[in-house]
Amino acid sequence: MGSILVVTEILGGNISDTSRELLSKARELSQALSGEVVAVGFGSQAAQALAHIDADRAIAVTGQAVEQYLPLVYERSLLQALEQESPQLTMVANTTMGLDLGAGVAAGRGVPLVAYCNALTVDGDEIVAQSQVFAGKLLAEVVLPREEAVVTILPGSFPASMVEGHPTITAMEAASVPGMALIQILAPEKSDVDITRADILVSVGRGIQDPENLTLADELAEAIGGVVSCSRPVVDAGWLPKARQVGKSGQTVKPKLYLALGISGAPEHLQGMKDADLIIAANTDESASIMDVAHYGTTVDILDLMPALTERLRGE
Amino acid sequence: MRILVLSKSVPDLVEELALDEDNGELLHDDMTYVPSEWDDHALEEALLLKEEVGAEVTVLAVDTGDVDNMLFTALAKGADHAVKLTGDFDLATSNRKRAQAIANYLRDNTFDLVLSGVQAIDDIDGQIPAIVAGLLEWPHASVVTEVSIQGEQIHFRQEYGGGLQAEFSAQAPLVLGIQAARKPPRYASIAKVRQMMKSSTVDEIDASADTVPELEIRRFFKPVAAGHAEMIEGDPEEVADRIITILKERKLVRG
Repeated sequence: MGSILVVTEILGGNISDTSRELLSKARELSQALSGEVVAVGFGSQAAQALAHIDADRAIAVTGQAVEQYLPLVYERSLLQALEQESPQLTMVANTTMGLDLGAGVAAGRGVPLVAYCNALTVDGDEIVAQSQVFAGKLLAEVVLPREEAVVTILPGSFPASMVEGHPTITAMEAASVPGMALIQILAPEKSDVDITRADILVSVGRGIQDPENLTLADELAEAIGGVVSCSRPVVDAGWLPKARQVGKSGQTVKPKLYLALGISGAPEHLQGMKDADLIIAANTDESASIMDVAHYGTTVDILDLMPALTERLRGE
Repeated sequence: MRILVLSKSVPDLVEELALDEDNGELLHDDMTYVPSEWDDHALEEALLLKEEVGAEVTVLAVDTGDVDNMLFTALAKGADHAVKLTGDFDLATSNRKRAQAIANYLRDNTFDLVLSGVQAIDDIDGQIPAIVAGLLEWPHASVVTEVSIQGEQIHFRQEYGGGLQAEFSAQAPLVLGIQAARKPPRYASIAKVRQMMKSSTVDEIDASADTVPELEIRRFFKPVAAGHAEMIEGDPEEVADRIITILKERKLVRG
């Protein structure tokens, strides 16, 4: 049978937690399919970072052009590796890098892709993938072709592999492609407020409707001794700064209390807050995904609820 | 600078998704479709570039049966041209097939920059901008938040987790999946859209229907949630009372 190829991400000399999640599932699939697990990593630290992972073989792509993430060079280099390996399945995390590489190499190889995958099982000699679509409202069960396919995996879908292995490591020279260059890496913008340190977050989403209504959230946060955070649409609308954003491309938070106000709970948002000690959600749609992770929920209008809470907290 | 903006419509999540639960099929004709919100951001970024450097903006949609209003709205917002790729397409057409038709169009028509939403809520088989770029072997990047034209170079910012970003420069042609425009997408009044419908046209181009790798979707189904919130009933005052009680019990507020 074919091999399972795992594209790893290396941060500060170590492979990411999400890469370890992919490796644990890859090992499980390879055992069922009697194939090999082959990991690919990029940069001068790759050989060392991949040395003890649970894979049968590892390819360390090296060269000046892959020292920092550069979409074009990474994609062409990965295509080189896929040309050599022709794996039955290529697993990429649904991160920024995975969004670039997954669809790009699937098209380049002329093979299908399953995006937003959160489960993979073996059925006979076929691999069945589950894709989380429509902001988590539906799942699709998809049969992968026996020859070759690519899946992009949602972080947190599988347990991280802690198994130590001794893969045979080979080096591969990075593809040489001009046309795209890194200008600078921009650190997260500084903010007077660090939402990751707050015990209580008053978090607002699209349901806030109008920037003027943010005053209600500010007043509630002040009364409860918390900080205002938000979901992506509020930042994209320019109503709150990026430093206040909870979720995949924002901050991961674990407060004692997370008040989710007018937040529907897209998978990218849930990823950043689902481990809060207590989650209370207000959303007019009782079937919204946020209600699946919240401990308590209500469908009353947040524009009525926020002042009612503030009033009580102030002892009025 | 010629910019192509790819747009598609997706089921409106404000309404219940229409699913035949017995055979796990989506009932596309029973759902209301709206423009994908990320595509709106891609159009906005293109229109900002038009204002800054005088780019010519063309908006494109694959004719899945309901795209005219979306295209005229883009024209009303300031796009210069609208193109509809016609052929064997409907609401169930896969992204891979749409991307192949778009790639074929791009082989015959010269553009410097292609912008599209980084993703859509129904991307089971992958995100259109990255597939288009992969088919054409063009450079591309996803999760982009800021684009600027600096001489012959296109500069853009890409976002990673934890608020980290990087700035890149690239040569045309380039495909970018836009996460968010620099400004909230502009609004076009219904009156202006109606006016566009009378005064402008959508170019219809017959797109060849290639055979593409398709996924075998066994079924769609609703997830069984591991848990669900305990719902607090009542009017806002009653709900607020109950929440305060819960917070007091957990010593999260004084009292």
